[in-house]
Amino acid sequence: MDNLKEIVADQIRTDFPAFKTGDHIRVHVRVIEGDKERIQPFEGDVINIRGNGINKTFTVRKIASGVGVERIFSYSSPKIAKVEIIREGKVRRAKLFYLRSLSGKAARIKDKNLK
Amino acid sequence: MPGLLAKKLGMTNIYSEDGQIIPVTILEAGPCKVYAVKSKEKDGYESIQIGFSEKKEKKVNKAQLEVYKKAGLTPPRLLKEFRNFESGAFKVGDDIKVDIFQTGDKVKVSGKSKGKGFQGVVKRHGFSGVGGSTHGQSDRQRAPGSIGASSYPSRVFKGQRMAGRKGYESVTVRNLKVVKILADKNIIMVKGAVPGSINSIVAINK
Repeated sequence: MDNLKEIVADQIRTDFPAFKTGDHIRVHVRVIEGDKERIQPFEGDVINIRGNGINKTFTVRKIASGVGVERIFSYSSPKIAKVEIIREGKVRRAKLFYLRSLSGKAARIKDKNLK
Repeated sequence: MPGLLAKKLGMTNIYSEDGQIIPVTILEAGPCKVYAVKSKEKDGYESIQIGFSEKKEKKVNKAQLEVYKKAGLTPPRLLKEFRNFESGAFKVGDDIKVDIFQTGDKVKVSGKSKGKGFQGVVKRHGFSGVGGSTHGQSDRQRAPGSIGASSYPSRVFKGQRMAGRKGYESVTVRNLKVVKILADKNIIMVKGAVPGSINSIVAINK
């Protein structure tokens, strides 16, 4: 198995800032339309990080026009141009699926750096 | 074009240039050695026998060991014959490496499938079982049903599909695409699954 990991090691990305569950991030996604390529940002809270190596993914949740939208990204996907951390969150869970049943003020995540 | 023998290392994913995930099987292919060359004049057909990996000398019978010694080579873990190509280009002792394949080639991969042990007809032959679990019926959900008629023929026909050993048989998967080749590590990646367990030996054919 270790041998396998070595072989695909060049596929794994390490260029993102280290974001954690609960952080508010902006993911810049490469979108190809026809023969043109543009960058589309997706901004929201990280509610899940799972897997490791090449199979690592993370889920970003946002509320768009009152509707919850979640998007799962492959961590090493070449489609991601950039990841920005906007706010670090203070959470006690590794998976924030409970946010799905909350709305409005209750669904906020505390800022880690706010005293 | 000859094929190659390879060891299955396992499966993983890699990304294509446009960001798609491709499931790949990683095979350690070769380097294989040519153990014998058969010619049209002498054997009636053209082929080469190639061997891969190593086997302890004491595990090889004496007659076969002499064949290897004559070729000046160590016993391989598996020896296989490849036909249907011009064999004149090879001689005994030659190395065959992954560079005979190119990215984008369609290949055939043959090997022995994983053994499944003694299995019933539902798993082994795809029968659908006899009936439901209600109406007082029990133990019939995965049963084979009738295996023949009564007074004629008064026996069960040969070839009737029944429970038994499943798996560990030759399986060939065709049209697997070569996704990536790492020539320095003798690694070849093909899209999709290949027969057999990890560490089993498979043959890659064009």
